Amino acid sequence: MKPEESATTGADLLVKALIDEEVEVVFGYPGGAVLPIYDSLFKQNRLRHILVRHEQAAVHAAEGYARSTGKVGVVLVTSGPGATNAVTGLTDALMDSIPVVCLTGQVPTHLIGNDAFQEADTTGITRPCTKHNYLVKAVGDLARTVHEAFYVARSGRPGPVVIDLPKDVLMNKHDYEAPKKPVQHKSYRPQVKPDPKKIEQAIDLIAAAKRPVFYTGGGVINSGPKASKLLAQFVRMTGYPITNTLMGLGAFPASDKQFLGMLGMHGTYEANLAMYHCDVLIDIGARFDDRITGKLAEFSPKSKKIHVDIDPSSINKNVRIDLPIVGDAAHVLEELIRVWKARQPRTDQKALKAWWAEIEKWRGRNCLAYKQDKETIKPQYALERLYHHIKDRDHYITTEVGQHQMWAAQFLKFEQPNHWMTSGGLGTMGYGFPAAMGVQIAHPDALVIDVAGEASIMMNIQELSTVAQYRLPVKIFVLNNQYMGMVRQWQELLHGGRYSESYMESLPDFVKLADAFGAVGLRTGDPAELDGVIQEMIKINKPVIVDVLVDKAENCFPMIPSGAAHYDMLLGPNDRAEKPVSEEGMVLV
Amino acid sequence: MSPIESASRHTISILVDNEPGILARVVGLFSGRGYNIESLTVAKTNEKENLSRITIVTTGTPMVIEQIKAQLDRLVPVHRVRDLTLEGEHVERELALVKVKGSGEKRVEALRLADVFRAKVIDAKNDSFVFEVTGASDKVDTFIGLMEKLGLVDVGRTGIVATTRGGEAI
Repeated sequence: MKPEESATTGADLLVKALIDEEVEVVFGYPGGAVLPIYDSLFKQNRLRHILVRHEQAAVHAAEGYARSTGKVGVVLVTSGPGATNAVTGLTDALMDSIPVVCLTGQVPTHLIGNDAFQEADTTGITRPCTKHNYLVKAVGDLARTVHEAFYVARSGRPGPVVIDLPKDVLMNKHDYEAPKKPVQHKSYRPQVKPDPKKIEQAIDLIAAAKRPVFYTGGGVINSGPKASKLLAQFVRMTGYPITNTLMGLGAFPASDKQFLGMLGMHGTYEANLAMYHCDVLIDIGARFDDRITGKLAEFSPKSKKIHVDIDPSSINKNVRIDLPIVGDAAHVLEELIRVWKARQPRTDQKALKAWWAEIEKWRGRNCLAYKQDKETIKPQYALERLYHHIKDRDHYITTEVGQHQMWAAQFLKFEQPNHWMTSGGLGTMGYGFPAAMGVQIAHPDALVIDVAGEASIMMNIQELSTVAQYRLPVKIFVLNNQYMGMVRQWQELLHGGRYSESYMESLPDFVKLADAFGAVGLRTGDPAELDGVIQEMIKINKPVIVDVLVDKAENCFPMIPSGAAHYDMLLGPNDRAEKPVSEEGMVLV
Repeated sequence: MSPIESASRHTISILVDNEPGILARVVGLFSGRGYNIESLTVAKTNEKENLSRITIVTTGTPMVIEQIKAQLDRLVPVHRVRDLTLEGEHVERELALVKVKGSGEKRVEALRLADVFRAKVIDAKNDSFVFEVTGASDKVDTFIGLMEKLGLVDVGRTGIVATTRGGEAI
């Protein structure tokens, strides 16, 4: 086909397609194969490009942007090393179901397979770590592929999509093809509306429960803010207790009496015991991850299980489900509420009262207790004080991975969805800081804080240069215990206290480091100074690193040792496990 | 959840877009998640809509089989996944090319057995035959087993293709 007079280059088509997909920001890093795209970006002013300092950070920033806005995050990287550097971010987005479209450059089509300079088999490498990927071989397919990629990334269970773009395709000319709305994909049409019969059956089960618990996860967040509102409405209508996964925090207000806190390996005593003893378990958008279930054979053994998920492959994967419901969380909740209202079921008030009494007893154990003294700052205390000072402001929290992440989940209170971004599935150290940049780009006036450890923050520390360039006032709140704390904790509990390679030798002076990048560095190790330092951090309208020197030996409790059941929790340092961790448990991570 | 669920063999038919990388996606899913592939066939079957059909024979517990189907179904270019084993009656066929080298009595015996199995001779030389045998896999197995003693030198098998009985398309 001969291109029309008006035909544009592939790179221009791409930019046009992105604008039509309502993209506002692209996180990227240029290179040889994507030069035509950067040239097109140069000639327009609709798309804003954020230049990161490493491609992994581009993907995490796009994830932070996506999670805090509900939109698709967009990444642009070059071929070869640009693409391979993005792989960790893509895997992270896949595990946490975050909608991301990643554009990768590729060598020209005639060089593909020749081991050309900066060539990598990007579609091959990213096939298992994306929801889907494309290699565009002709400019005529480009616009359509971009529109399809956005549809795939955001529909059903969201995820990352890669579009690999050979350089000649970017330079060839073709007419533009606008997106067709609504999209009718030929094969990918996830079910969003639930089967009405199953809704009736679910209401039967829920209404008859004597010891019910809601267990909800990231699926509620991904479904959009409406799902969280509906969840709160339904949970309050029933009066039942609710626990959230790490990914699901914020879907239900943490300050509500019905909220039991997070569950799982470092979840609360009351949440985990409620899961163990319940008779009806109502899972909405959570996938029975091994951090949640602990020992599978003893996971919630007495319950009938309802599982609402948009991804049928999540149902019956780890745990046998009695009533599977495939659908989008908001649609399902809407239906559950409608049927509940219509039927006005009478719940067993006596049994529920007894169940709540039992839960209150567990709550009474105060499993998150810790002792703060006058000498050293406990990390838990630092987070409690942090929360005290930010709770009345518009704030977003991201984290790195490790002890600080679990403490953040335990001690910060999440009242609304899309304000908490953490690497749940992949557990990517180095996630939080670039994710915070993405959040700050989307919410320029909000207070965005990366709760970090001194080890994790080193993994993407180069992004200080990015926040300096774009004047992003991201706050990095480092709980510095001079150890890879979670590694140290496991070595203490499982490996005889042999702290092999977990001590953070030769750490930088974080205050000077901040200064070197034009940010502000603050430091304290004194509990009496802590409040003042946090207030100062909030006041400074610039990127800030706060180096909080905390107790080096503090462990994160409660903890279900790997391979143990929910009732086998360690509640604190004086709590010894009944039996040493089994060999089976040692193998688990 | 019953821990004593036993593994069984399933024939799964998958209708996919005939596009580059689709086979890698399917095979990668099996290797990445630790599932078995006992047999795999793939070819374009619908010219107009550019669709291919993949037939996979796999083994697993009912929970694993259910997982395999759900995982396959969520691949973007997959149109349909059907478990022929669960859906009642279906037919399965496999084709093999079996090369036998020998002379004298063994050669005559090979030819006779080929006749019993309705295998066709598709190449003949003075000291060798190539037989084409079609049937259910166990028939093909048996034929190859018999040929082993009669100078078997080479086997090529297509793997299983299958379809449901009756007038319905997958």
